[in-house]
Amino acid sequence: MSRLIVHDAGPGVSVQDLGRPGYLAFGLSRGGAADRLAMAEGAALLHQSEGLAALEMAGMGGTFEVSHDTRIALTGAPMRASVDGAPLAWNASHLLHAGSRLSIGAATRGVYGYLHLGGGIATTERLGARSAHLAAGLGALITAGDDLPLGEDRTGAETGLVLPTDDRFEGGEVRVVPGFQTGFFSEEERARFAATQFTRAARGNRMGVRFDPDGEGFASTAGLSVLSEVIVPGDIQITGDGAPFVLMAECQTTGGYPRIGSVLPCDLPRVAQAQPGAQLRFRLITPEEGLAAERAAESARTGLRAKLDHLVRDPHDIRDLLSYQFISGVTAGHDEET
Amino acid sequence: MSETDQDMRADAPFPRIGRVGLDGLLVSFGDALSEPANRAALAFRAAVERATPEGVEESTTSLVSTFLRFDALRIEAADLKAEIQTLLDSCDWYAADLPEGRRLWRIPTVYGTDLAPQLAEAAEAAGLTAEAAAREIASTRVRVQTIGFAPGQPYLGELPEAWDIPRQTALTDRVPIGALTVAIRQLVLFSVSTPTGWRHIGQTAFRPFRPDAETPFVLRPGDEVIFDAIDRERYERLRGDSPDGGAVSEVIR
Repeated sequence: MSRLIVHDAGPGVSVQDLGRPGYLAFGLSRGGAADRLAMAEGAALLHQSEGLAALEMAGMGGTFEVSHDTRIALTGAPMRASVDGAPLAWNASHLLHAGSRLSIGAATRGVYGYLHLGGGIATTERLGARSAHLAAGLGALITAGDDLPLGEDRTGAETGLVLPTDDRFEGGEVRVVPGFQTGFFSEEERARFAATQFTRAARGNRMGVRFDPDGEGFASTAGLSVLSEVIVPGDIQITGDGAPFVLMAECQTTGGYPRIGSVLPCDLPRVAQAQPGAQLRFRLITPEEGLAAERAAESARTGLRAKLDHLVRDPHDIRDLLSYQFISGVTAGHDEET
Repeated sequence: MSETDQDMRADAPFPRIGRVGLDGLLVSFGDALSEPANRAALAFRAAVERATPEGVEESTTSLVSTFLRFDALRIEAADLKAEIQTLLDSCDWYAADLPEGRRLWRIPTVYGTDLAPQLAEAAEAAGLTAEAAAREIASTRVRVQTIGFAPGQPYLGELPEAWDIPRQTALTDRVPIGALTVAIRQLVLFSVSTPTGWRHIGQTAFRPFRPDAETPFVLRPGDEVIFDAIDRERYERLRGDSPDGGAVSEVIR
C-alpha cells in the first residue's frame, strides 16, 4: 500500500474530508475541510470523489514524500510548492515520484491550502469519517514522522491539469441570510452592519473567526439572558464586545450569543480563507436570493471538470525535459484506466 | 408582512417556527427554560423522526427547541414549514411524555478540593456554605435536558432557585474532561477539555464521549443523574479503571 511520509509539518496540518453530518443531536458538529470548494477542486483535478480525505494545511505546509509514484493536486490558499527544488504550479495536478521531496511553504494568499492524493488518504474512519475534529478530540494534528496510508488510485495516471485561480483568498464580500434571531437587532443596526468594513482579526481557527468592525460594535436587544440555541457553520454571533464571530466547520453545536444572520454555505470558503488583516463586508440578502446563489455555486461546483485545462510549462522551468511526461501526463481524462 | 419578516420576529407566540441559515428550521417552544417546553422539544423531535418529512436530513433538540436541517436545494422551505406546522398543530406538545428507555445514573463526584477549585465561590454566589452546597447538589436528582456544545455533553437541571447564578464574565482557561460545573440552575458535565464561563464545583472520572466505543455518546436527553459525593482517595482509584469512573445506571420504570 502507498504511503505519505511526513518529514516536516506546519503547525496546523490535519487530515480532512467532508466531515460527519448527522451527529448534531449528540453535540458533534460536522467538521470537515474549512474550504469545501477546495475539496471539490482537488476532486476535479484528480478525477476522483470529493469525499476522499486530503491534507489541510493552515498557513504553512510541510515536507512530504510518497512510497510509490502518486498523483497529487494542490488547491486552496496558494502556497510556495516545489519538488526537489523545482517549483510546482498551484491549483494543478502533478505526478510525484517515489522518493522525491515535496516541499510546501507558507501561503502567499489565504489561509488553508490542500494536498490531495490519488486514491485519497486512507486512515481508519472514526464515526464515519477521517476528518480530524480537534475540538472534539477526534484525531490529531499531523507532525513530523507521521506516515499515512493512501487508498488505491483507481482513476488513472492523468496529471498536469490546472483549474483557473479563484479570488476567494483576499476577503471581499460575503452574503448573509437572516435567521430566527435577526430580529434581536434593530433595522438601523442591521443597516450599519451591512455598511461596515470589517478586518479579519488574529483570532480565528477551524471553530470560528472573529472580525473587527471599522467603528463601533453592534448591539442587540437580546441581553445576556438569551437561551443557548442550535448553532450551524456560517452563523454570525455578535459577542460581548459587539464584534461578529463567524462560526466555522468545527464549531460548537449550541451557543448563547445572539446571531445577526448566517453566511451562505457557498461563501464560507471566502470567510475561511480571509487572512488576518483581510477586509471583509457582509451583504444582507433574502433567503430567496440566498437559494439562487447556492444553486449557482452548486452548478459551478459540478461544472469544475469542464474548466480543467492542460498545464503549460515554460521549458526553462523543466529541469529534466526527458522526465517530463509530456504525452502520458495529459490524456483526455477518463476514469477507466487503472 | 412578508414571510422573511415573520421568520425574524422575536415576539411571535410560542411554539414558533424560525429559520437557521439557509437550510435549517427551528421550532421553539419558549424563550426560557421550562420543564414542559423541554419535554415538548424532545417529543416533537421524536415525532419528526417518525414522520420523516421529505428533504429533512437531520434533527436535534436544544433546551426548548427542535431543529431540522433540510436539503434546501431540493425542497422548498415554505412547503416543509407548512408540513411542520401541521404536525405542530396535531397535539399539545407541552403535555407530551418524556422519552422512553430513560435511565437513572449515579456518577461518583469529588466536590471541591484542588480538583474542582470553584466550589466555595459558586456556593457563595448561591448564598450557601461550600459543605451545604455540595450536599444540596449531591442530593438533587437532575435530568439531562439536552446534549450539546461538545460531543455527548449533557446540560442537566433543574437545580433549586438559589442556583440561579450567572456565568462568570471571564472564562476559566480550561476545565478537564469530567468536570462538573454550574450556572443558571443547570449543571454541565464536560466531555472535552475547554475554556468555560461555568464554575467548576466537582470532578468525576466519567467520560461522556468515547469516540471508539460501541456507544460513543453515553448520556441521552431524559436520563436522570445523581452526582454522589465521594472522597478524593476513591476518585483516584476510579480514575484509572474505566471511562465509567464508577458510574452505574438502571432503567427508569
